[in-house]
Amino acid sequence: MSRSRLSLIFALTLAATAPGSLQAFCGFYVGRADTKLFNKASKVVLVRDGDRTVLTMSNDFEGEAKDFALVVPVPTFLERGQINVGNQASLDHLDAYSAPRLVEYWDEDPCNVRRYERMMPAGAPPPVQSARAKDLGVKIEAQYTVGEYDIVILSADQSDGLETWLIENGYKIPSGATGVLGSYIKQKMRFFVAKVNLAEQKKLGVQLLRPLQIAFESPKFMLPIRLGTVNANGPQELFVFALTKNGRVETTNYRTVKLPTDTDVPLFVKDDFSRFYRDMFAQQVKKEEMHVVFQEYAWDMAWCDPCAAQPLSAGELHQLGVFWVGDEAAGQTQGRARPAPPGGGAVNVFVTRLHLRYDADHFPEDLVFQTTGDRTNFQGRYILRHPWTGSGDCAQANAYRKNLAVRQQTEAETLAKLTGWEIEDIYKKMGGKPSASVGGSKTNPSAKWWENLFGNK
Amino acid sequence: MKISFLPRDARWLQITALASLLFYGWVALGFDITAPRTAVILVSAFAAQWVGDRWGRGADFEPKSALISALSLCLLLRTDSHLLAAAGAAAAIASKFLLRWNGKHIFNPTNIALVLLLLTGGGHAWVSAGQWGSATVFAFALVGAGLLVVTRAARADVTFAFLVAYASLLVGRSLLLGEPLTIPLHGLQSGGLVLFAFFMISDPRTTPNSRVARLVFAALVAGGACYVQFWTFRPNGLLFSLAACSLLVPLFDWFLPGARHQWVSLSSTPPQPNPEPCLVPASPSFSR
Repeated sequence: MSRSRLSLIFALTLAATAPGSLQAFCGFYVGRADTKLFNKASKVVLVRDGDRTVLTMSNDFEGEAKDFALVVPVPTFLERGQINVGNQASLDHLDAYSAPRLVEYWDEDPCNVRRYERMMPAGAPPPVQSARAKDLGVKIEAQYTVGEYDIVILSADQSDGLETWLIENGYKIPSGATGVLGSYIKQKMRFFVAKVNLAEQKKLGVQLLRPLQIAFESPKFMLPIRLGTVNANGPQELFVFALTKNGRVETTNYRTVKLPTDTDVPLFVKDDFSRFYRDMFAQQVKKEEMHVVFQEYAWDMAWCDPCAAQPLSAGELHQLGVFWVGDEAAGQTQGRARPAPPGGGAVNVFVTRLHLRYDADHFPEDLVFQTTGDRTNFQGRYILRHPWTGSGDCAQANAYRKNLAVRQQTEAETLAKLTGWEIEDIYKKMGGKPSASVGGSKTNPSAKWWENLFGNK
Repeated sequence: MKISFLPRDARWLQITALASLLFYGWVALGFDITAPRTAVILVSAFAAQWVGDRWGRGADFEPKSALISALSLCLLLRTDSHLLAAAGAAAAIASKFLLRWNGKHIFNPTNIALVLLLLTGGGHAWVSAGQWGSATVFAFALVGAGLLVVTRAARADVTFAFLVAYASLLVGRSLLLGEPLTIPLHGLQSGGLVLFAFFMISDPRTTPNSRVARLVFAALVAGGACYVQFWTFRPNGLLFSLAACSLLVPLFDWFLPGARHQWVSLSSTPPQPNPEPCLVPASPSFSR
């Protein structure tokens, strides 16, 4: 039998978001039509070294491209060269690489100790009127067309002037945004406003909106999430993929908590991993009263074990804004799955995947981060252990069958605790409450507890 | 009033409070500090204290003071290096013996050790300011524990002055920016802030002797912390501000003299006299 039957089951945590709704990133989406706006999940790649930041913003916007608009407060003015349209595939790869994963193991024949392991994937601007803007106290600092987007960099004196300008230029501003805009204006922040240039989009042949990237230098290491909560229809999801040289990234104004990991779960979870992960995350959010940021992954990008996806190549990292990986890296292909040999060109990148569910009540402040020197590896990993179903009748086999029932019982209880699922439903899906007779056990229920203790039954 | 059931030496209260917080952090909050790292910090602090006591001032080894500093570092210091952890603990203790003026040590030992490591550790030392979360219940429990300690040392004034000043600055800033008050309230519900206010800034050996000076000192620390946080956008504003303001304490004591802190016994049994009052490790702070 092959020992190389490795597979890995992973699921994208986006399954945790409500289907069919629009969403917002740090800013809010404002419709040019009367489309009702909602918020869903956002993915952000935050590359940071010193005061240099590259921010890649991706979203699952599902409406008409003409309705898309994004407003993000930014700490500095942005020149044309500081704005880019990113590569969605690289971001998706990073998402897959760092996703929580399900791992399968097969129990060996207790009479003939061997182990088989398998891991497998499973689911895994039109011209704006400067004069009018000036009247409103809004300064159009720059306008660019980047890819399929029209981008305006704004500064403003007053929030109501900015709000009026946005409305007059066809943006629909949710009520309550004025105060939030005002606080950013007083903090001397600019506004990065993007909408889709339909002609450019058609010319480029782009169907799905690609991520927007900005690069800037500022001591502020934060993500503005407050605007995103203004028009939120319930809590939102945010995934932050932080890429640094030094180590793990954590929030300084909210507690960062590691997600439960390395737990054994019943086998049926294999067919329902998305729901398992969604419900487990919801349960953990509930347990922490929605006050914390969850760490789902922290790893040196040079390798992985087990790999939910291969590590990103230097070229992909460069596309995501990892500026210390040189331009020459852009042409490189797939990374390696194990640490590179000394001098072998391994990239000096550490990834932290953070996931939070937030609303204005529980996350009143913008997220503030710090980079730590912690390079301890962490991954969300859930384990399936397939029982041995052989017919061996050695003493070890009988002991195994007894322990198996206990183990499966523990797996069910763990699953109930992690997800909040009813234990009876779990038993039902497991085919009944685990007992020593399950799985073809030949154990005599009246056997004495000490029979196998000294191996002299 | 003296209470008979309390230990005579208030350091035991501090040690109990700090150890409880550390235990809580381990069990409930998943603090990133391992048993070996804790051991390194403890051993290093004890060694430095022993050297300081025996060779520095020719006195008996006084482990309780070092234990308090070590526990404080375990609560706050995060590093990926045993060497830095050991150096931090040694620096904390050494600062008490070396950085002195007019019989008082200048810096709170834990504070100066953390600042030194943050500035020179090359990114290998950090403080997880958010590790305590913002759970109100916990904050209140911490306040209660802190109060118990602080009131024993008659240094509650600096704590409350700091909290009032810091809260005023946070609320004032938010009002100025038009932000909802949930933002400053969230900042004030930080366990780290409460810990700083009740266990670090309240150090009677490093705060000015006069009450007026202490109130000004507390306001300066609050202002400095806000400056670091909101103008330079760097973390750990409280720590940097306290270290910087501590340099002004000799000036405060010069211009606004006051009675130096004398420890009051907690129990009905009078304390033993100590030949070196300034080294009596009896303050409700991380230093002692």
